Amino acid sequence: MTAMSYETRERLILSLRYALLILIAAIFIFPILFMVMSSLKPDLQLLRDSASLRAFLPVGDISLNNYADAFERVPILRFAFNSAFTTAVSVGASILLNSMAAFSFAFLQWRGKAVVLSLIIATFIVPFEVVAIPMLLIVNNLPWIGPQGIEIGWLNSYHVQIIPFIADSLGIFLFYQYFRDLPDELVEAARIDGASIWQIYTRIIMPIAGPILATVAILKFLVMWNAYLWPLMTIRSEELRPIMVGLQYFFQLNIAWGEIMAYLSMVTIPVLIFYLALQRAFIESIATSGIKG
Amino acid sequence: MKKAVSLLVVVIMLITFSGLASAQTELSLWYHGAGNATERAILIGIIDDFNASQSDYTVALEEFPQESYNSSIVAAALAEDLPDIIDVDGPVMPGWAWAGYMAPLNLSEGALDDFLPGAIGSWNGEVYSVGLWDAAVAIYARRSVLEANDIRIPTLDDPWTGDEFDGILETLQATGEFEYAFDPGMAWKGEWYNYAFTPFLQSFGGDMIDRSTYLSAEGVLNGEAGIAFGNWWQSLFERGLAPGTSQDGADRETGFIDGKYALQWNGNWAGVTSLAEVGDDLLFLPAPDFGNGSIIGAASWQFGISSSSENKEGANAFIEFAIQDEYLAAFSDGIGLIPSTSGAAAISEYYSEGGLLEVFFELSNRQALVRPVTPGYATMGLIVEKALADIANGADVQDTLDAAVDEIEQDIEDNGGYGFEM
Repeated sequence: MTAMSYETRERLILSLRYALLILIAAIFIFPILFMVMSSLKPDLQLLRDSASLRAFLPVGDISLNNYADAFERVPILRFAFNSAFTTAVSVGASILLNSMAAFSFAFLQWRGKAVVLSLIIATFIVPFEVVAIPMLLIVNNLPWIGPQGIEIGWLNSYHVQIIPFIADSLGIFLFYQYFRDLPDELVEAARIDGASIWQIYTRIIMPIAGPILATVAILKFLVMWNAYLWPLMTIRSEELRPIMVGLQYFFQLNIAWGEIMAYLSMVTIPVLIFYLALQRAFIESIATSGIKG
Repeated sequence: MKKAVSLLVVVIMLITFSGLASAQTELSLWYHGAGNATERAILIGIIDDFNASQSDYTVALEEFPQESYNSSIVAAALAEDLPDIIDVDGPVMPGWAWAGYMAPLNLSEGALDDFLPGAIGSWNGEVYSVGLWDAAVAIYARRSVLEANDIRIPTLDDPWTGDEFDGILETLQATGEFEYAFDPGMAWKGEWYNYAFTPFLQSFGGDMIDRSTYLSAEGVLNGEAGIAFGNWWQSLFERGLAPGTSQDGADRETGFIDGKYALQWNGNWAGVTSLAEVGDDLLFLPAPDFGNGSIIGAASWQFGISSSSENKEGANAFIEFAIQDEYLAAFSDGIGLIPSTSGAAAISEYYSEGGLLEVFFELSNRQALVRPVTPGYATMGLIVEKALADIANGADVQDTLDAAVDEIEQDIEDNGGYGFEM
């Protein structure tokens, strides 16, 4: 084999590799492109274009009318605030609580630890839909201190959208897996130096847990931002509704497809921003500790 | 001391009178129309008028998106947190009444005399709900296409017969001008299948269930008439006269307007949009008569009262207030649906004499047949929907309908007859 033919072969392989990567990227990008382009078109044109390549191009009667109409139909800012608030509080609380639980499993010695951890991991296989109704009945009978004193029932509130989702078996498992792979010397050295458990958690472990923090934050963010079934069951008032329930506002007798695409485009932007902001740590987390299944 | 006592008396009086001033009872109303600004404006207008018309009650509205409304109601029922007034889709009402979510209405005598039959929700001999509008289905056609092919234009009194309709489809398909002669709307999966297609079955003489007992579908769904319907239904797709279950949703929306389909089976809610695109050439034609009359589906969203309401009198008063002709006409003008009374139709924009959609009122009045009025409809609907799709996809008609009958009857048995004596 000549040097030239070897170089050609390498180029060919490289080209094929790039072609494959471009194809995979296209598979992920085209739905987003379709969504954004469709959001600029009137309904009938959108539907007519959907069977051709025009669906991915800004052609025809292009405008921002769908965005304006979507704002008129749905209180988007209110819903976005509700989702942002419940998501931010849940992500923050979830990281704190679940990392503390995982720290306990990884570094503290207490009776029954293995059994409890197994039980927590076992809850992975229970889908949310299975526990939704029992959860509804439970939160409907829980007390809460409101403006008029102690009230029974959490329905129609922010806290019913947050508290049940703070403790999270996947979060605990991910933190635990990451902590377990850290060198024992780190903790032992700190103990020898007289550090308390709280100091080890806050000053030794958490400062080096950036990648797993990002992973748990992203996963929790997605779950909370996309919350649909639970708010549907527990929220009556429009003032407290999250953004994903708002999507249903467009499914009338005559479905407003263009507005749906505009709404989805707006809803997707925060997710992309959040992911892009944390992607380096997210990828590092997968590459190092690994979600090894 | 005297001053202090006087002050105390004044405070007590203020508290007492402020209490009296707010003695109106609040009625909660849940509505499925979130996202529809027109519906919201009309409904809020009715509520404001009602609140101003008397001093005993105020109605407070909570809106929910239609697609998820039923889930919200079921969750609220589980949490024992139902509102006073609910709205309910017609075919769902018997299920909610049977489940104990709803109480019968107690309206004044004669309040529903002028109502379309499909707008009155009755179950077990009592009226549980009443609709401010109804919906109807018709064959959308172009006058120019029919005339060019020497096809007579059917009327309410003289609809196409089954054979005539079949021949027309063959004729239109043979022109080669259309991808399909008839678009029944196979892309609209879900309740559309039952609402729109089972009237054909009923026109053949069959039904989803024996309505005299609501306990058996044997011989009704899978009897001679049911099989005849199934064979005809399957042949529509086998002969290439209609697009099958893989129809693109976009084609369903634009196919008739763009001339891909010669005829389309569609609801009155699409009438105004289609008229804007097709113009005066557009015709709304009655369903074909396959031997037992022209039949279309009926019953849309209706108002009812929750069984847990502690203010049923007030809830009844609101519903009776809301079903005045002027409000029914306002809803019709706003969202294009059929007003529930002839009085409202007469003053409505689309359904009054000479109105663009006038024909739909008579279609609803003369051809409407509500879907089976039983709590079992929810399951039965899913079974029949699947059977209709399977037959369209080539499954054996007799076997498919027999299996559907078995499933329906098993479900009825599992649920103790759904309130009907077994």
